[in-house]
Amino acid sequence: MNGAALCLAGDAALLALAVAGAPTSARPLGRPLVYGGSLVLSLALLAVAAEALLFGGPGASLVLPLGLPWVGARFSLDALSAFFLVVVNLSAAAASLYALGYGRHEHDPQRVLPFFPAFLAGMNLVLVAADAYTFLLSWEFMSLASWALVMAHHRDGQNARAGYVYLVMASFGTFALLIAFALLAGLDGHFAFEAIRAAPPAATVAILALVAALVGAGSKAGLAPLHVWLPLAHPAAPSHVSALMSGAMTKVAVYAFIRIAFDLAGPPDWRFSIPVLVVGAASGLIGVLQALMDADLKRVLAYSTIENIGLIFVGLGLAYAFRASGLDAAAALAMTAALLHVFNHALFKSLLFFGSGAVLTATGERRLNRLGGLLNRMPATGLFMLVGAAAISALPPLNGFVSEWMILQAVLLSPALPQWTLKILAPAVGASVALTAALAAACFVRAFGIPFLGRPRSDAAAKAEEVDRISLAAMGGLALLCLIFGIFPGQAIDALRAAVDQAIGAHMPTQSSIAWLSIEPVAASRSSYNGLLVALFIALSAIMAATIIHRFATAALRRAPAWDCGFPDPAPNTQYSAESFSQPVRRVFGRIAFTPEERIDMPRPGETRAAYFDLRLGDRIWTTGYLPILKVVERAATLLNHLQFLTIRQYLSVVFGALVALLVVLASWP
Amino acid sequence: MIVDLVFQLLQMTLVIMVAPLLTGVVRATKARLNRRRGPPVLQPYLDLVRLARKEAIIADSASWLFRITPYIVFASTWVATALIPTFATGLLFSWSADLIAIIALLGAGRFFLALAGLDVGTSFGGLGSSRESLFGALAEPAMIVIVFTLALVAGSTQLSTVAAFMTSSAVGLRVSLAMALVALIIVALAENGRIPVDNPSTHLELTMVHEAMILEYSGRHLAVIELAAMLKLALYISLIICVFIPWGLAIADASVADRLFGAFVFLAKLLAGGVALGVFETSIAKMRVFRVPDFVGAALMLGFLGALLLFVSRTLK
Repeated sequence: MNGAALCLAGDAALLALAVAGAPTSARPLGRPLVYGGSLVLSLALLAVAAEALLFGGPGASLVLPLGLPWVGARFSLDALSAFFLVVVNLSAAAASLYALGYGRHEHDPQRVLPFFPAFLAGMNLVLVAADAYTFLLSWEFMSLASWALVMAHHRDGQNARAGYVYLVMASFGTFALLIAFALLAGLDGHFAFEAIRAAPPAATVAILALVAALVGAGSKAGLAPLHVWLPLAHPAAPSHVSALMSGAMTKVAVYAFIRIAFDLAGPPDWRFSIPVLVVGAASGLIGVLQALMDADLKRVLAYSTIENIGLIFVGLGLAYAFRASGLDAAAALAMTAALLHVFNHALFKSLLFFGSGAVLTATGERRLNRLGGLLNRMPATGLFMLVGAAAISALPPLNGFVSEWMILQAVLLSPALPQWTLKILAPAVGASVALTAALAAACFVRAFGIPFLGRPRSDAAAKAEEVDRISLAAMGGLALLCLIFGIFPGQAIDALRAAVDQAIGAHMPTQSSIAWLSIEPVAASRSSYNGLLVALFIALSAIMAATIIHRFATAALRRAPAWDCGFPDPAPNTQYSAESFSQPVRRVFGRIAFTPEERIDMPRPGETRAAYFDLRLGDRIWTTGYLPILKVVERAATLLNHLQFLTIRQYLSVVFGALVALLVVLASWP
Repeated sequence: MIVDLVFQLLQMTLVIMVAPLLTGVVRATKARLNRRRGPPVLQPYLDLVRLARKEAIIADSASWLFRITPYIVFASTWVATALIPTFATGLLFSWSADLIAIIALLGAGRFFLALAGLDVGTSFGGLGSSRESLFGALAEPAMIVIVFTLALVAGSTQLSTVAAFMTSSAVGLRVSLAMALVALIIVALAENGRIPVDNPSTHLELTMVHEAMILEYSGRHLAVIELAAMLKLALYISLIICVFIPWGLAIADASVADRLFGAFVFLAKLLAGGVALGVFETSIAKMRVFRVPDFVGAALMLGFLGALLLFVSRTLK
């Protein structure tokens, strides 16, 4: 049967579920109905998408008599859509499973349940839409549904602000995409993707459309400097929704960018790869530095999403540059790396957000400095979080390493580019990717170490209890997937083949036939990596070392108070806190991205009052980029405010004047 | 095949047998230069055995992560070291990870060690973890840009291929390689916690980094961590040897005699490297903790400059 039709049927069922969720949501039946239904439907959609990605031939399409009369509502399921459908529905299935357990603690279920399936349906619809009108409509639907979920706990003052900023930025992003599609469609209104593909715009128009697409999709994905809404909005939603927003919705934005830049906008122009590379690298660095400074677990994760999206866009920028110069093999490598990172990030970021939800359930705390020692109280959650933290820090043999390794391999191919600008830019981007990855490891030492290790910093943390088994199953499944895709990267790369083929017109050499399950992106003599062997070697040598020592030396173990150089301090407050851990990094990198203000009030020797330390981190991007715009908008609003208090006669003359002015413009149009 | 396997195993045992000796040589050199007699060169072996036989004492607040970390750190460091072509290239498993993966393996070791530093919940442990995280965050990208340089010169990130290329006559003198060498030495000093970055023989000092992280370890756990640290030192010196002074290295498919000869040459070079490190450490003062980022940052910039020169000067074959 037609894959696109199956997807639409699934989306319709999700929407029906959303409607059904509204009246039942306040009852105990509502939660299993909505989340169970979402789980089943996501798995079904996942199966359809996986089938289309792995075995699907040419894309299936469908036209419904909806939407614009001369276009209709067009849908299609090709390999690129199928790949992103896999990502979205895998995350959605995991989130639904997790929410079956986690949702029990929701105090306002009627504010979450109806919107959850609607949000899933919105993301799915964007991915199968095949004309600009349907695409934008679904995009806006997705934004609004997620906005409703962000506002689920709206009584919290910060969440209201988060929702407001999100709404403004989402509208701005949609506006930019609207412009992009308008430029692509041209004056004749070729809104169907097929028609755009058949008649691509002229080079100058295409560049404008691409920049608009980068702005529109980038603001949704969280590219700096349009990322300000993301760390506010993602953490404000319930944790399973945060996981979806970070793990899946940002990927829908990546899809939008790939669809426009690699599919619709015609032949590539190498100059466009410069802004993509620069913005990607900058987002990576800014995201990870912010993540290192923040002391709220969920906000740390949200900032880290910005970082990972930055890495993905670096991969996309490289792919675009290679393709523009006809280096198809290199372009395929860069695109595969980017898509693999899209997939990997969806896995571990969902896992980490689930873990943060578990912490929130167990302690009611998100602040790192109020947590501590949770690994002893919540061993399973702790283990899964550790796997997620190691995977996102790109440690072998987990999945995050593979995609970042491939991005670096793609950077190493860039001397083949003929353009001097790119030759100079590429190593800088490569170095910034390396710096970002290394800082991410530091960031997750902190984000895992402060809450899960050490001694409890509050009563809530000391009394934490392990969460329910359904939540644990969702986290455990994702952790297992992180390991599996790290050990068998070749299979993942081969599965991406059709999607890469569609975006680039070329694909990487087949990996799964290489001996010992190694991966060799270009040639065996050039670089290879074997996740399976590395994992085996590490496991074997660790077990061997432990066995030999326990067998031939001693296995005696004694528990005692901490040594701490002979001055152990019983107060848990003397431990390193989130701020003190990042102090060295703040001192080295702080002035670049932030305006740190430290106030230290140290009593003189002999004085008995308490010492005082206060740290304020200003966000340079917010103060220099956004505040001036806000001021202008506010001033304009004050001026326009007069328009609200006119008499009928004055209103009529304003309308008449506007009409005349427009007619004059129209008449003088060439 | 069997011969290959034997040599791969020989390489793995060789590095682990030699690593304590190397540390002993460094210590003996420093002692001599200080006009002390110092402990015998074989003392590190005795220390390891002594520690391994002692009962391990761990803090009440420590979690299971604290107990498995030593083995993870040891295993990842050992695997990384085993992948360096010390005396012969093209060993059986040399293709299972390239230089970037080796760096990432060392990064994994650091990640877990930093977590262990936070685990007991003491201020010294946190201090060590926090500083190590910063140094690592600077040293790792520096290492990656050095890899860029090597990869562009040799056309591969595979260390075996790089080393084989370096023994060939096609290398010549290159400014980029000189920059990469200086950067690599700086990174090696920082990563191993040597003077001027950190003092490996210090205890109970506010400037300690590596020692602060492992302050709570004792007995067999400490022995395993110490061995991992010795391996890491051997790894970095072998890396510098195999890339920049590869003479005597047996190229893939060399005869057994050549490989054994390579092993002896490697030992001689490694111990000479140990003496050189001892001399260097004695002749320089330790720097303040917050001068270290400048020092390692210089390595990053040097490596980057070297890579940039190559990026603009050549296209890959």
